[in-house]
Amino acid sequence: MRLAQRFALENELIRADCIESTEFPELAGKYRVYAVPKTVINGAASIEGALPEGFFLDKVLAAVEPPTQTETT
Amino acid sequence: MGLIREEDAVEIRQRLKEMVNPVKLVHFTQELNLEYGRETQQLLQEVAELSEKLSLEIHNFLLDKEKVAEYGIDKVPATVVRDGQDHGIRFYGIPAGYEFSTLLDAILAVSLGDSGLEEENREKLKQITSPLHLEVFVTPT
Repeated sequence: MRLAQRFALENELIRADCIESTEFPELAGKYRVYAVPKTVINGAASIEGALPEGFFLDKVLAAVEPPTQTETT
Repeated sequence: MGLIREEDAVEIRQRLKEMVNPVKLVHFTQELNLEYGRETQQLLQEVAELSEKLSLEIHNFLLDKEKVAEYGIDKVPATVVRDGQDHGIRFYGIPAGYEFSTLLDAILAVSLGDSGLEEENREKLKQITSPLHLEVFVTPT
């Protein structure tokens, strides 16, 4: 969670919610949260477990960025 | 009886001395059907008392529709950690146990205006041009 909220500080477009699963069982169920921490990205992709800063960011970016565009020659 | 033990309060007060700019906790509560609602509010009240630079604003989720819309709150208890500006940092549910220290971490990072992230990662984050919503699920351990 620390990383997500630190990310939010760097860019206004980023929102970081820390959600206590047992208080919001429906939401946790919807996102199939069986182990924590689990980070859901834009309501779709997710990352399980706590990762080092760089790895976590790369996974987040990989989830939101469109696939690498084909190079034009 | 307080939720924060006296010896912990001393330690938290010490940690919060690092604060630079004032931080506001904006809390939304509903008080109905919420096991932890009231407890969350009490915990935040106790924390807010531990630094002059920390303040607490409480809103009713059902009645303060304007604030609910302003902060985009869709469930309660919810707590926003902000300074003069809303950085998109929210806690849903009670920030207790391990998440209590996450809350302190958020307060300090916002107050210092410093994410503490590696330079390379800050650059990557600045390049994000579309909204990014991170929902981190935790449990109170």
